[in-house]
Amino acid sequence: MALVEVRNVSKSFQRDTQVIEVFERLSLDFEERSFTALMGPSGSGKSTLLNLIAGLDRPTSGTVTVGGAEVSAMRPSALAAWRARHIGFVFQSYNLLPVLTAFQNVELPLLLTRLTRRERDERVRIALGVVGVEDRMHHYPRQLSGGQEQRVAIARAIVSDPTLTLLDEPTGQLDKRSAEEVLALLQRLNGEFRKTIIMVTHDAHAAERAKQVLHLEKGVLAA
Amino acid sequence: MKLLPLVFANLRRHTLRTVLTILGVALATFLFATLRSVVTTLNAGTEVASASRMVVQHATAIVFPLPMSYRARLAAVPGVEAVTWANWFGGQYGDGRVFFAQFAIDPASYLAMYPEISVPPEQRTAFERERTAALVGKGLMEVFGWRLGQDVTIRGTIFPGDWTFTIRGVYTPTVRALDDRSFIFHYDYLDERTEHRITPGWYILRLSDPALAPTVAQTIDETFRNSSDPTKTGTEKAFNQSFVTMWGNVQFLMNSIGMAVVFAILMVTANAMMMTARERTGEVAVLKTVGFTDRTLFVLVMVEACLITVSGAVLGLGGAKLLYAGTQFNGFGFLPGFDVTAATLVMGFGIALLLALASGLVPALRAARLPIVQALRHVE
Repeated sequence: MALVEVRNVSKSFQRDTQVIEVFERLSLDFEERSFTALMGPSGSGKSTLLNLIAGLDRPTSGTVTVGGAEVSAMRPSALAAWRARHIGFVFQSYNLLPVLTAFQNVELPLLLTRLTRRERDERVRIALGVVGVEDRMHHYPRQLSGGQEQRVAIARAIVSDPTLTLLDEPTGQLDKRSAEEVLALLQRLNGEFRKTIIMVTHDAHAAERAKQVLHLEKGVLAA
Repeated sequence: MKLLPLVFANLRRHTLRTVLTILGVALATFLFATLRSVVTTLNAGTEVASASRMVVQHATAIVFPLPMSYRARLAAVPGVEAVTWANWFGGQYGDGRVFFAQFAIDPASYLAMYPEISVPPEQRTAFERERTAALVGKGLMEVFGWRLGQDVTIRGTIFPGDWTFTIRGVYTPTVRALDDRSFIFHYDYLDERTEHRITPGWYILRLSDPALAPTVAQTIDETFRNSSDPTKTGTEKAFNQSFVTMWGNVQFLMNSIGMAVVFAILMVTANAMMMTARERTGEVAVLKTVGFTDRTLFVLVMVEACLITVSGAVLGLGGAKLLYAGTQFNGFGFLPGFDVTAATLVMGFGIALLLALASGLVPALRAARLPIVQALRHVE
């Protein structure tokens, strides 16, 4: 059984009077411990698919199941709790909270758990150590480079040891060197720490680092 | 509790905006406390009135005096235990900028009528014995730096001329609401120096039983109904209230201004909260993605609004309480015993909490209801 099962998922948006179909009856699986790159042109539905898997959005029809839990059928409050436990999400523009230090940003998901302050502290240090920015833990986002910010964002995504790590264009705003470092880090997370990763990217070079590459064209999985 | 650092971090985001909003709330609650204290102080003046005391004044207006012959007739009314009288002097001291009340009284009967006016026995004797002596409130002595035995000259306005008195006694009110800035002297001195014969401005009666008040009032007013000087008799409380209403509908005015100020600050606070919420749309999406529930986000925004308004209320109400108590403010003599009461403080905090609710509710609901995907478009 695959970790992520997308079954007959259709998704459409209403824009003014026009209905835009993103997918129609899309089905695909993501295996546990896989590292998948989702590629495709703008508007192909990559980010929408990522949002559906993360439970940030709901399909118009069909089901999305992650680790046996039917995400698409959960109530909003249950979905938030499920996300806190099972999903680590990394955005293209890092989205660190500017008023919090790197340490506090990474600690955010743990504030929703019953961990003690000491346990949280330990986990945050480990996560920051894994991504290699432990020495910047007391810096605010404005004091970090783009690459460092994205590493902190990845640390935030993995700190609660989620079932699934989802990344939406994680290297989109980085220079080549920083992008390489982030991609190497993702490979290490998948290889060494056995994290299941789904990464949306435009960049063919970035996609090469994944174990599996899927192409979406106008909401349809291309061969 | 774990999430409080997040709230404090958000408050530090725009420190100047937060400080200005807190100061706005502080100013509003300070003004509320001040205006409300004017009302409560005026009302306290009526509350200090004794239930067993009544005041007889001219039916037309208090500015018209009553004949001295009424004294004996009032004393003869069943239920009346004692009678005294007083006159308003209305003089000015120095440049006249500091107002204080001056009364011409009959010392023995007046001080017996008002046990709340506490005077050391030897000073009381000295005051009663000397015709030009004055009995001065402790607060008034402090205002002008007067000493016992000092001669003080007051310029008469109703009774023209310079009037020199010797301070022979200093009184201390035993109840806070009683004015400690009055100047009391002998009625006989006023009568003797005035060219025409003066008569009492009003009479004060002590009843043997407060329950007799309606009967006594009716009897007195009936007695003098067809005379050239008809009377209006009422309780001391009603008499004191008549002074309050001479200011117009003070309570309505003060409350209206107070509410207008609070409403204006509500708009300012709500605007600041809305601006803050709009700026954080993307962050709300991130927090939701991380796993924060709608309810948690609602509570976070409300706590932030509460912290702002409660901090402002602590500053404003605490500042008012400390300032007025520290300076012994009395509204230039018009508001003796001016005090920010516990009830006013409680009301102030209640208003601050309502302010938090009103200003925080919309942004809190907005944060809670914000669809993640829509909010993410805001930042992506």
